[in-house]
Amino acid sequence: MDEPLNLVLFSGTDDKLQAAAVLTAGAAALGKPVNVFLQYWALDAFTRAKIGLDHGLAPEAGEAGRTAVDALAKAGQASWAETLRQAKDLGTVDIQACSLSMDLLGLEESDLDPLVDGVEGVTAFYLNAGEGHVVFI
Amino acid sequence: MTETAIPPIDVTLDARGSFCPGPLMELIRGMREAEVGDVIAVLSSDKGSKADIPKWVEKAGHNLIGVFTREGHDEIIVEKVR
Repeated sequence: MDEPLNLVLFSGTDDKLQAAAVLTAGAAALGKPVNVFLQYWALDAFTRAKIGLDHGLAPEAGEAGRTAVDALAKAGQASWAETLRQAKDLGTVDIQACSLSMDLLGLEESDLDPLVDGVEGVTAFYLNAGEGHVVFI
Repeated sequence: MTETAIPPIDVTLDARGSFCPGPLMELIRGMREAEVGDVIAVLSSDKGSKADIPKWVEKAGHNLIGVFTREGHDEIIVEKVR
């Protein structure tokens, strides 16, 4: 259980980010360290300007999926950002922005939400990942 | 365990309406603040809690007193051991 869980977040839609946040919180609750590496559209969703906005859903959600997700939110489900904040409070969760994606999106560190701990390259990500699983979402 | 054998509950955490893994996270926070020997009850309407919380309790080295099905929710009672 000491090897970290390593999540690479690529997609920036709210459903995938919610799934990733739940995986993170569960691992953090068990005392498993979690490394989150933000690339592309996931990184875009973690900017100060956009974190609180509606990021849409994956295409397979369709209209019925949209209705289901909205119903859960209305019933009080915490947002993915809030779930990640709670996970950080509970355990060891390190969230890093991919430096290539920072360049791609033209972002500075000051553009990122405080949930993001820093910026690193892919090599640092792999070194921190150790022997733990890498999950791409 | 029969209902009559439940020890007095020191803290009740009402996590009804919270979704997975919210009730477990509330329990972990509650356990941090509790004293060793305290008995904590978690109320959860999340269907995963009655599976997840006992597994966490075992791993964390606490004592699961019982899982009880109530009307519209489950009540999971745990003793803080360490």
